[in-house]
Amino acid sequence: MKTAPSFMDRKDLLALAVLAAILLIAFPVLLDGFRLNLVGKYLTYAFVAVGLVLCWGYGGILSLGQGVFFALGGYGMAMYLKLEASSVENTKIQSTPGIPDFMDWNQLTELPWFWQPFHSLPLTILLILLVPAFFAFVIGSAMFKRRVSGVYFAIITQAIAAIATILIIGQQGYTGGVNGITDLRTLHGWDIRTDSAKFILYFVNVALLLAVVCFAMFVRDSKLGRILVAMREKEDRVRFSGYSVANFQIFVFCLAGVFSAIGGAMFTLQVGFMSPSLVGIVPSIEMVIFTAVGGRLSIFGAIYGALAVNFAKTSLSESFPELWLLGLGGLFIAVVLVFPNGLAGIWRDYVQPSIDRAFKLRSKDPADPGHDVAKQASTLPAE
Amino acid sequence: MSRDDKTGFHSPLRRKLLMGMAAAPFAGMMPKTAFAQTPATATVNTTGLAVTDTEVTVGILHSATGTMAISETGSIQAEKLAIAQINEMGGVLGRKIKFIQEDGASDWPTFAEKAKKLLVQDKVAAIMGCWTSASRKAVLPVIEQYNGMLYYPTFYEGLEQSKNVIYTGQEATQQILESINWVVKEKGAKTFYFIGSDYIWPRTSNKIARKHIENFLKGTKVVGEEYFPLGHTQFNSVINKLKLTKPDVIFTDVVGGSNVAFYKQLKAAGINLEKQTLITISVTEDEIDGIGGENIAGAYSCMKYFQSLDNPNNKEFVAAFKKMWGEKTVIGDVTQAAYLGPWLWKLTVEKAGSFDVDKIAAASADIEFTKAPEGYVKIHPNHHLWSKTRIGLAQKDGQFKVVYESPQLIEPNPFPKGYQ
Repeated sequence: MKTAPSFMDRKDLLALAVLAAILLIAFPVLLDGFRLNLVGKYLTYAFVAVGLVLCWGYGGILSLGQGVFFALGGYGMAMYLKLEASSVENTKIQSTPGIPDFMDWNQLTELPWFWQPFHSLPLTILLILLVPAFFAFVIGSAMFKRRVSGVYFAIITQAIAAIATILIIGQQGYTGGVNGITDLRTLHGWDIRTDSAKFILYFVNVALLLAVVCFAMFVRDSKLGRILVAMREKEDRVRFSGYSVANFQIFVFCLAGVFSAIGGAMFTLQVGFMSPSLVGIVPSIEMVIFTAVGGRLSIFGAIYGALAVNFAKTSLSESFPELWLLGLGGLFIAVVLVFPNGLAGIWRDYVQPSIDRAFKLRSKDPADPGHDVAKQASTLPAE
Repeated sequence: MSRDDKTGFHSPLRRKLLMGMAAAPFAGMMPKTAFAQTPATATVNTTGLAVTDTEVTVGILHSATGTMAISETGSIQAEKLAIAQINEMGGVLGRKIKFIQEDGASDWPTFAEKAKKLLVQDKVAAIMGCWTSASRKAVLPVIEQYNGMLYYPTFYEGLEQSKNVIYTGQEATQQILESINWVVKEKGAKTFYFIGSDYIWPRTSNKIARKHIENFLKGTKVVGEEYFPLGHTQFNSVINKLKLTKPDVIFTDVVGGSNVAFYKQLKAAGINLEKQTLITISVTEDEIDGIGGENIAGAYSCMKYFQSLDNPNNKEFVAAFKKMWGEKTVIGDVTQAAYLGPWLWKLTVEKAGSFDVDKIAAASADIEFTKAPEGYVKIHPNHHLWSKTRIGLAQKDGQFKVVYESPQLIEPNPFPKGYQ
């Protein structure tokens, strides 16, 4: 068996540099404020997609409920912002001033207990990370310990997404219902609605995304990453070798959940509201589609996938407001039929080899395929 | 009418606009406003909106796809008809209206994104759009931040008022109080059972109805109140409760596709709407299309507009609408309210003598539209409309027979005292 690939080799560094250059330099220079803010919104989905690469691409755990974690992060941030926007002065026309407007409309007269911690920003940030991790831990423990996996796991996560939507819509006095939490204004006194704030938030978003990407690569290249691949390929063998498969699965599921939650929090900050339309089955599946289009085995591919699909969505819907969904559907079918490994597969199979030939950058050891995981799996001991 | 002969179309954004072409049929059906001359662009547009010497651009923002498309299509059609008719008359301040249509896709973040695009990138002078409260709530901060002007067509829950929005539908008190007074007076109703979809509009509406029944009417009470998630299709349990409690009136605000299941199951359970009084504030001709006239005949609906209204304005409107969009189309309350949007905007712009949003917002109060299909409407200083409320009896053919019309225009009161 070969040694595990080291963390961040030359190719990874190059890919990271290219991504950083595109996001930090090219987009801000080329796009106006409105389009840049849109890219910022797309990139919040990339957090989810990166999580899915680890969880689904590497760990083989297909979750169709990532929207739930996205929402936990998004709602956490929205609750903080809403409380700040609902000062007694701003809400004096209500029967109970000082509570969010939708609570007043639903005859609530005091702030529910679980809203209380969201008065504090540090506590909010902590909860945005911990609550999704806790939920993922509970869901993961309940299922992986019982060896629920594969399709069954996917269906259960999908059901959880549906339940979460119904819960949020049903408890509208506490959550804002279908409308979601809207009319958010300031973050710790800083007006997030101005163009300059949107510009700054974009860079915060990119910085967080790059950090998440580095962390994901670290996990992928660690021994843990190799075990994930092994589990995906032959779960029983790993179990018989003495590893606690469930614990690894729970860990990677929690990690994907936390990534999603960070994306959700950034979504709320950049878009200015949070609603249950981002929680349910459809958005959760859309997030899986971003990952599939990008290539579920490639961390960078997932980011480009999220960007590409959303670009297509926006531009198609602007050009053909009545037919765009058909076009988008056709695009997905084409990608899955022709390029099952997504954008990353196209890159690996067609673009990379020609670049290598042109620059004669081919690695000295032709058997070392870099971080292509499909092949990485084959570097594990053969049966 | 003196029309500026230079008024032609040159369209840098021609990809998605449908120009006011099918205009000839509407010639002469609307009041003709005479323009002495076209005022200079620099004087009527001081804030950089998309206004040229010959054109002014507005946005249409509704769901053309997704679950709401079936409801919002009528609004899109009505707005396009109004724009075509206004262009036929010579446009607004001598400028033809060009529109950019965007798809909100039944998704609230998308609505916010597209609203921002229309305001920031396309610099539209006004937006005709939104349908659900959720989409309006998503768009509102964007409209206020970038100082746009939204004409919102749906009857809604109230509790909102913005300088940047004109609400062309009814707010909850206008729709509800009149209907409850009528049913108490005409039918001697004492007991009410509320059934609604579970979101802000039915809950707020029922709250207002309950307060009115409990605080302002003597000897009446609410005997039940139930909510069902959007899209719910199993109403058997509540129908059993209706059979047990035997309320004098079933008062419903179930929305969308749930209506189909609700009325079919009522019929299947043997509740005959000819004998059991049912009053709804959420069923228009559009919904009956799906429910089937034979399933809902006998129910009362409370709206400000029905397609069957017998007045000359409405006859012209219905004929023009069918000519443009097909003989089989039906026109519901919201479709008519959407039709008012472009007209009210045009009248306001002409009163203000400017396309500037601040001037339009200030000039909106007391704008009158005498050719409205629903009759006469006037904008209240709170940016809602003075309008009459009507009660229609559903017929087997999917139309309503108007059985009651409020004698006066009803004042809009989005923040009703005593109903909170």
